Amino acid sequence: MSDKTINGTVVTLGEDGYMTDHSQWNRDIAAALASEEGITLTEAHWKVLDFIANDFVEKGVVPGMRRMNKVGGIPTKELYALFPDGPIKKAAKIAGYPKPASCV
Amino acid sequence: MKNLLILGAGTAGTIMANQMRRKLDLTKWQITLLDKDPEHYYQPGFLFLPFGIYSEEDIVRPKRKFIGPGVTYLQVAVDRIDADDNKVYLTGGDSLPYDVLVVATGTAPTPEETEGMTGSDWRKKVHEFYTFEGSRALRSALNGFQGGRLVIHICEMPIKCPVAPLEFAFLADAWLSENGLREKTAITYVTPLSGAFTKPVASKVLGRLLEEKRIKVVTDFNIAKVDNEAHKIVSWDDKEVPYDLLVTVPTNMGDPMIERSGLGDELNFVPTDKHTLQSKAHKNIFVIGDATDAPTSKAGSVAHFEAEVLTENLLAFIEGKPLETRFDGHANCFIESGNGKGFLLDFNYDLEPVTGKFPVPGIGPMSLLDESRLNHMGKMAFKWIYWHVLLQGLPIPMVGHKMSLAGKNIPKGMKVPAAAE
Repeated sequence: MSDKTINGTVVTLGEDGYMTDHSQWNRDIAAALASEEGITLTEAHWKVLDFIANDFVEKGVVPGMRRMNKVGGIPTKELYALFPDGPIKKAAKIAGYPKPASCV
Repeated sequence: MKNLLILGAGTAGTIMANQMRRKLDLTKWQITLLDKDPEHYYQPGFLFLPFGIYSEEDIVRPKRKFIGPGVTYLQVAVDRIDADDNKVYLTGGDSLPYDVLVVATGTAPTPEETEGMTGSDWRKKVHEFYTFEGSRALRSALNGFQGGRLVIHICEMPIKCPVAPLEFAFLADAWLSENGLREKTAITYVTPLSGAFTKPVASKVLGRLLEEKRIKVVTDFNIAKVDNEAHKIVSWDDKEVPYDLLVTVPTNMGDPMIERSGLGDELNFVPTDKHTLQSKAHKNIFVIGDATDAPTSKAGSVAHFEAEVLTENLLAFIEGKPLETRFDGHANCFIESGNGKGFLLDFNYDLEPVTGKFPVPGIGPMSLLDESRLNHMGKMAFKWIYWHVLLQGLPIPMVGHKMSLAGKNIPKGMKVPAAAE
């Protein structure tokens, strides 16, 4: 665990670089986390991030690829275009959620 | 008469029927078990069939043989559940009313979910070992295999028995060596996960074993399609793995009937309270085994432990009492590692597999998360236990539904689940 100051706000990051306390998250922090990944957030990115946030409230976990497709209506191809190299992990990180543990 | 309907006579459904027939007052309750198929398969055997370790006779029995007196067994196909009307509709239009419903319809490989998977290479160069016919076809393919690129692959999680593809890799390595083909074969293990297995400590141990056996691992591979012309699998981010023989684990989905009934999630698994096994949407519908969305392994051991919990909770529900028995996600899995050795994993929702002794703390005789001959013998002995003890709904001595921490070595810094203390 380590504390990091982003845009003047202190956020706690786990060993894997994912935020451990979602209450510290806001949209500016998302933009800063995204730019660390080389991503500039657009409306299309926000559609993904908002879906993750809403789904997390409902399910308590970061949605998987299939759920993003079927429930979120976001095609896999698009997810890879928006968040290259592991879209679910990257999107979860930027959305301020824990690293998705892909089930068991 | 009141009706307890159980859908699916696989491992979970058969155990439930046999436990409930002993516990329910059969002058007041009728227990009906439905399944569309006549055969019961010992599914761990699908792993051994391709290598000639088991034959068909080891793994197939008539389902009826395991269903005890007091249970009405119907070989019928279910069209859908009408949860608002407490009825199950059969294909053809007949319906059966229920007071309490147990959904035990499992999961099945669905290769059609991946573009090109059922193309011209299917059952020729592209195989799976999660069905009887698939396992037999793979045996023929291995018998004709002359070396080349063997690719073992998982499409997406969750899958039934998540250790099985690893076991297949280990057994293939041993089998190829025995048959003088290992030096002519490059084995690659391709997974959508970031490591060899889902749980970190076990992933490290098993990853090391893959390395020792010269099995190349490709992680974070999300398959987009199978290219039947070029004989390669292609990921969404355009990574490619060519194959001469592809052994894949197709996407696992719950029964299409669940989707027709409007009761499933995006994979047709039923949202279920992971501790009580009551469905989240309907109080008188309970779910067990692979059909649930519970975050534990889809495995026979889990179905068996869940059955102990669900039997108690069904009896409580029928008497109008609170559902007090709680399932902790306990799974107990043997892993064949080849050359007559094996591993044993014991874990639950809160504690990942660690090293130790099982089932007697400090003594064993089985070793947890460690390779031994005895673990292999345990796995081989399990077939007898499955047919004669487990399916009858009888308890397995010393192995209860609650995972025990005794005998486990908890690494420093690992969080110990409060519930298990």
